[in-house]
Amino acid sequence: MAGRLTLYIFLAPVLLWLFLLIVLPHLDLFFISFQAENDMGDMVWSLSNYQAFFTEKIYWLTFLRTAMYAILTTILTFIITFPIAFYITKVLSLKVSGFFTILLLVPFWVSELVRIYGWMILLRESGVFNHYLMELGLIDKPIEMLYNDISMIMGLVYTSMLFMVVPLISSLEGLDDSLIEAAYDLGASKLVIIRDIVIPYIMPGITSGSIVVFMLTLGNYLTPNLMGGKNSLWFTEQIYNQFIASFNWNQGAAFGFLLLVLSTLIIWIGLRVTRQNLSRALS
Amino acid sequence: MSNDLEVENLVRDFAAFRAVDNVNFEVKQGSFFSILGPSGCGKTTLLRMIAGFLEPSSGDIRIREKSVLGVPPNLRPVNLIFQHLSLFPMMDVKENISFGLKRRKVSQAEINKQVSTILERVGLPDYASKQINQLSGGQKQRVAIARALILEPSILLLDEPLGALDLKLREQMKIELKKLQQEVGTTFVYITHDQSEALVMSDHVAVMNNGEFEQIDTPKNLYTHPGTGFVADFIGENNSFDATVSSTDPFKVKLDMGHEFFARAMTSLAKGTNCKLYIRPESIVINPQHTENLNKFGVVVKNVLFDGANTKLLAVIENTSREIMAALPQDKRFDHIKPGDKLDVGVYNDSCTCF
Repeated sequence: MAGRLTLYIFLAPVLLWLFLLIVLPHLDLFFISFQAENDMGDMVWSLSNYQAFFTEKIYWLTFLRTAMYAILTTILTFIITFPIAFYITKVLSLKVSGFFTILLLVPFWVSELVRIYGWMILLRESGVFNHYLMELGLIDKPIEMLYNDISMIMGLVYTSMLFMVVPLISSLEGLDDSLIEAAYDLGASKLVIIRDIVIPYIMPGITSGSIVVFMLTLGNYLTPNLMGGKNSLWFTEQIYNQFIASFNWNQGAAFGFLLLVLSTLIIWIGLRVTRQNLSRALS
Repeated sequence: MSNDLEVENLVRDFAAFRAVDNVNFEVKQGSFFSILGPSGCGKTTLLRMIAGFLEPSSGDIRIREKSVLGVPPNLRPVNLIFQHLSLFPMMDVKENISFGLKRRKVSQAEINKQVSTILERVGLPDYASKQINQLSGGQKQRVAIARALILEPSILLLDEPLGALDLKLREQMKIELKKLQQEVGTTFVYITHDQSEALVMSDHVAVMNNGEFEQIDTPKNLYTHPGTGFVADFIGENNSFDATVSSTDPFKVKLDMGHEFFARAMTSLAKGTNCKLYIRPESIVINPQHTENLNKFGVVVKNVLFDGANTKLLAVIENTSREIMAALPQDKRFDHIKPGDKLDVGVYNDSCTCF
């Protein structure tokens, strides 16, 4: 009986936190997403918020774009971080590999906002890159490198790298070097070793890294807003606009739920396609 | 018969440390060759050079008369059984075994046929679809061997693969490995620090110490005619004593506690030089009946170390504190011996070897 009581005491903060800050607001948002003003200006139950999403082209196109770019960002992040993680764990000696891991972490001690401004200083029309390209005579007049999809994706990949590289490093550390040597000894080329031995072995790490990166990218507001500019709409900006600019909380809530459903669906499909197990990937 | 492997003046340096120092040997086709040495003697470095994971600093390695220097491991006609076997955990038994064949672009039908043949051969016919973590230690061992043998290598290299097994299984696998090697006729090069593994299985054994080969010989010769003091000490058990040569014809040595022994000099030893005298526990005769060609001395029993057929007598030489081990045959004749007894023992002159 006493054991049961201590369990409840320890669980209480967690349950309160989950209930008050996650469940309750979501329930409220869920209800208001199904409400809309009628012609008389009264709140009534309605599906019109969700209807608006499908009828207004700009909404679902942004939605689709956001999903595609989030997937692309996840893939690019993996492609960039895998060689780094492999190099740190398998090529470098134990002494330097710790130092290099710290070097990877250092930029993330600064807030995301500061890092993004750093990129903007480098990339903007009067920025560092343009200045030196002009100096070297490679270009005649400054190029605007900010406010397009490419720089936005680059910013998103940069922001996400840490969340991919850490699980990759930890699962690569578990891979015994002699497995790689055994495959090499049995006649495998380097490419085959990566494809048939290394990737399958670290798949749980890839899965957990990808889930985190995908979720963070999909729900990112800062980077698309600052680096993407007006031409690179992100779905979170639509939500923001509804809540803050249009004061249409009902519409915003509906968009929020659509984003939740979308991310869950994509992760579910991703796990299905790669035959991975969520609990194994997160353990 | 031709040689499958020839190693010539092989040297490998790691910075200032010479791990393998001018090693020469050849392995005949179809034979079981072991490299035996204490840990850190350079045997793993030597094996990794033959497998291709390390390049020698100088010297040559020839497999079937072709130099393999500069050839990467995936293109060498040798396969290695790793110390911890290194089976691929994400594949089942069949995928593990067929991994090498797939790299050679062998057709699926041919792969299926060969996999079932080799599984039959290693005694695991129904295990094709088992996962690696479902196998016992001995079964993993056999899968690892099957995975390498299916590629029909010129030489199979084995890096202490029995080290992780428990005693009973190790004894059993020793005999199995030897039988398997005779059946398939592949040349085995086996490295180990366990002398019993090397002696039981091998046709020839090389004893390695500090990066050099001390002696290459048949297991029996290594035991009866050790070429150096290290080999005498390392192979089997031995009592060793510091001694001085007191006469060369007949060869006699004087121990530091005053006893004089007729002995056999294994190297040329001049009168007055210091040497080491080795006496094997099983060459000591308890209560000898005759005294011809025998060094006799008295001992006081300290303890009987019972170990079944390996039972030993721990004694000190009379009037000294020098300990000596003698084999104690378990045939009831010596059951009366107990600590504190005084015994006469003898050693045949031939069984006393000096270096």
